[in-house]
Amino acid sequence: MHYYMTASELAQRIKKKDVSAEETARSFIERIEELDGSIGSFITVEKDRALDTARDIDKKLRQGCELSPLAGIPIALKDNICTENIRTTCASKTLEDFVPSYSADVYERLEKAGCITLGKTNMDEFAMGSSTESSVFKVTRNPWDYSRIPGGSSGGSAAAVAAGMAAFALGTDTGGSVRQPAALCGMVGMKPTYGRVSRYGVVAFASSLDQVGPITRDVRDCALVLNHICGHDRRDSTSMNVAVPDFQQGLEEGIKGMRIGIPSEYFGEGIEQGVRDRVTDAIGVLEDLGAECEEVSLPHTPYALSVYYIISSAEASSNMGRYDGIRYGYRAKDYSDLLDMYIKTRSEGFGAVVKQRVMLGTYALSSGCYEAYYKKAQKVRTLIKADFDSVFEDYDLIVCPTSPFVAFRLGEKTDDPLENSLSDVYTIPANIAGLPALSVPCGFSEGLPVGLQFIGKPFAENTLLRAAYAYEQNTGFHTTHPQVKGGAMQ
Amino acid sequence: MNYETVIGLEIHAELATKTKIFCGCTTSFGGGENTQCCPVCLGHPGTLPVLNKKVVEYAVKAGLATNCSINGFSKLDRKNYFYPDLPKAYQISQFDRPVCEEGYLEIKGGFGSKRIGITRIHIEEDAGKLLHETEDGSTLVDYNRGGVPLIEIVSEPDMRSAEEARLYAEKIKTILEYTGVSDCRMQEGSLRFDVNLSVRPKGSEKLGTRTEIKNLNSFRALVNAIENESERQIKVLESGGEVVQETRKWDDITSKNTSLRSKEEAHDYRYFPEPDLVPVVLDKEYIERIRKDLPELPDIRSKRYVEKWGLPEYDAGVITASQSMAVFFEDCVNAYDGDPKTVSNWVMGELMRLLNEKGAGAEHISFPAVYLADLLKLVDDGTVSGSAAKKVFAEMFETGEQPKILVERLGLSQISDEEALTRIISQVMEKNPQSVEDYRRGIKKAMGFLVGQTMKETKGKANPALVNKILKKLL
Repeated sequence: MHYYMTASELAQRIKKKDVSAEETARSFIERIEELDGSIGSFITVEKDRALDTARDIDKKLRQGCELSPLAGIPIALKDNICTENIRTTCASKTLEDFVPSYSADVYERLEKAGCITLGKTNMDEFAMGSSTESSVFKVTRNPWDYSRIPGGSSGGSAAAVAAGMAAFALGTDTGGSVRQPAALCGMVGMKPTYGRVSRYGVVAFASSLDQVGPITRDVRDCALVLNHICGHDRRDSTSMNVAVPDFQQGLEEGIKGMRIGIPSEYFGEGIEQGVRDRVTDAIGVLEDLGAECEEVSLPHTPYALSVYYIISSAEASSNMGRYDGIRYGYRAKDYSDLLDMYIKTRSEGFGAVVKQRVMLGTYALSSGCYEAYYKKAQKVRTLIKADFDSVFEDYDLIVCPTSPFVAFRLGEKTDDPLENSLSDVYTIPANIAGLPALSVPCGFSEGLPVGLQFIGKPFAENTLLRAAYAYEQNTGFHTTHPQVKGGAMQ
Repeated sequence: MNYETVIGLEIHAELATKTKIFCGCTTSFGGGENTQCCPVCLGHPGTLPVLNKKVVEYAVKAGLATNCSINGFSKLDRKNYFYPDLPKAYQISQFDRPVCEEGYLEIKGGFGSKRIGITRIHIEEDAGKLLHETEDGSTLVDYNRGGVPLIEIVSEPDMRSAEEARLYAEKIKTILEYTGVSDCRMQEGSLRFDVNLSVRPKGSEKLGTRTEIKNLNSFRALVNAIENESERQIKVLESGGEVVQETRKWDDITSKNTSLRSKEEAHDYRYFPEPDLVPVVLDKEYIERIRKDLPELPDIRSKRYVEKWGLPEYDAGVITASQSMAVFFEDCVNAYDGDPKTVSNWVMGELMRLLNEKGAGAEHISFPAVYLADLLKLVDDGTVSGSAAKKVFAEMFETGEQPKILVERLGLSQISDEEALTRIISQVMEKNPQSVEDYRRGIKKAMGFLVGQTMKETKGKANPALVNKILKKLL
């Protein structure tokens, strides 16, 4: 089944003209039409545009043009990545009809590489959440078990790739929103180093934490996509002007002698036994492959969740301010004056989770609270970074679980935002410290995928990829696919 | 009781950059509504600011020209509040690490010389403009000005009168113009003042409760608002009341100032570091390079005029208040070779009078400085009289033509030809034998009559000094 082919394999077939880009795109669109009624990955499907682009690629192939290794690959983009002339909703009523007049840097890069954008995927509203349940448009189901969440906030992207509705997808990761859904859907997900990928055109949730990352079928694809989305962009002052290596280079060099730290704080209370077992198994595999795994300590880990909540909410409260109904986006119908318009527009336009974060963040920044919350959180952020710096003096990598539990049931945790957020407890520290981190499938617990997380030094994505590739090639969990079926869901 | 007014100023100056502070849109004034904006300055989702380096350079220039220390590390912050003219619902500004800190300026006036402290200079973006005058009563927003770069210059509360505040504000304007940091076009709103003012019994050390008057955009409004608010506060205290800390608004047309919002209604701006921008790091070489490139500043220039050219301090101060005027003056002095004070008299007299009548600045002078020098030479060599020169000057100011041509055209050249004058004077003497006799009899004032008759005969064009000389000889 070519739906489960990796992007690298598909690209080979297209390049060799075994199949045309148009046929490929068409088959993926048919797949979406067949399955997405049940899974709910996509908010917008751009069928005509996708087929047009695919025909262009085929034409170039016939003319003998040299094409990029991603030419003709059908992809999906999280709906907070701005796409010129394609609406970009952030799964919010606020931006339901918003069509950007500009494109995100990552979208421009993938378009230039010849990728076929099939559509825009579902997510938690403005990327705030871990289950994709805060989308105002639809529910996204986990392809491994339709009664379960796909994770989030990039749940639509992860589910789309897992169900074979796209060869790979882009998500955004503010506190684990690429890695956690990738783990819960059995995919590879990576958050690059903060500053590695331009945030231009990516609708901000928490600016100092947000980073775009790929969700792919395997580690090689992850490297391939990184090759195309990384790099300095002068439109984003926080994008770093550092050399971008070939991420596929050295992938097969193995991990013999690599020093891996296993942080004890990541195996404490709250982790499911099944997850713990799979991760422990995985560490055994890494040792068998020649890595030296040792227990290390990241002592400030228990504070990471609080730090994350304060900083991300503070930044979000400010970033959400622009949705006032004046220039674009949703505006309330009836209002008596300016203040009334603001209040109604924002009350009606935002869902509960967004409102909660805005209130939390406004409070944390308000005079009298700033020192106790925001300022303190920034100080602890420095301590959390220092924890990692100190471990990385002696170790090449950190290995830990991606999520403390496997995909939970839809609606199971919506009433308890705090428990919902606990699913990010292992992914958040990498965002706080700006480090690259990758999740790779490491088996199943109760039939549901478990993710293994690698965290690396800043800009050491290559090391992460090499280790994850070695692990993946020696275990093969990525070759197992969910049994998906179409048909309308209740 | 005698009261003392304590004043601090916040001056917003629009920078003379070609493009906005965080995007490539033009900053030019007067474009059609919303034609000079883009997704970035409109705050569209996902767009990001990129700091215009020129803005930092201008802020550093302003800081160096006002004796500030420049922070090697400064950062930008978000100032959060909701208003339709603010597209992102936050203004990117600087909170606790501005580009410049701790400077000062000297002002001079009837009170002598005084140093006014400058607390800080920071960079920030301007907001858009609300348009209320629509037919259906709705309010529209023009975002052209949104994202135009500003510096805010915050003074210490060192001023004690409207005059001091005006002199300080004028000095800031002069310096910003000299350094090219701002074109300071007041009528376009590129220089605006906020006044912080309190009063206290004379001799008291403790500051009174202050009020803030926002958005004054002329020196006249600044002076009037300060005098008005100072009187108001004194009245409140005299009647046993208390001054309320609040923001007030000055209405230029009614000359009234009214309460805008109280301290309780004040915004909580929730400042925090702007995560979309990296800190501004300036090394010593960069700062020194800018320092070296600074033009000669007004105080130094003025001193040079006094010391080198012997100009009175007052003249030097007035001329150097405008860079264009100073340049004009210097060019003229260099072309003239005569006494610089003569040039100064003309510049401060005729030239400034005519410019004031037009409401124009020295940059609008229609003729080159060398023409004024030429005119002064014509006076010195007797070609024109002083009064005729004023006529020539007025015409030159209008048309920009050379003085020599104008003298010809207006027929204003003096008769300095001794032979011709001797002939005319002889005729005058023949016609007025009585006066000739009177003079010879010792009635000296008869001389005046004969000079007058000669001038009449020559329609005023005779060189008076020469007429006197010839008359004496013939008599």
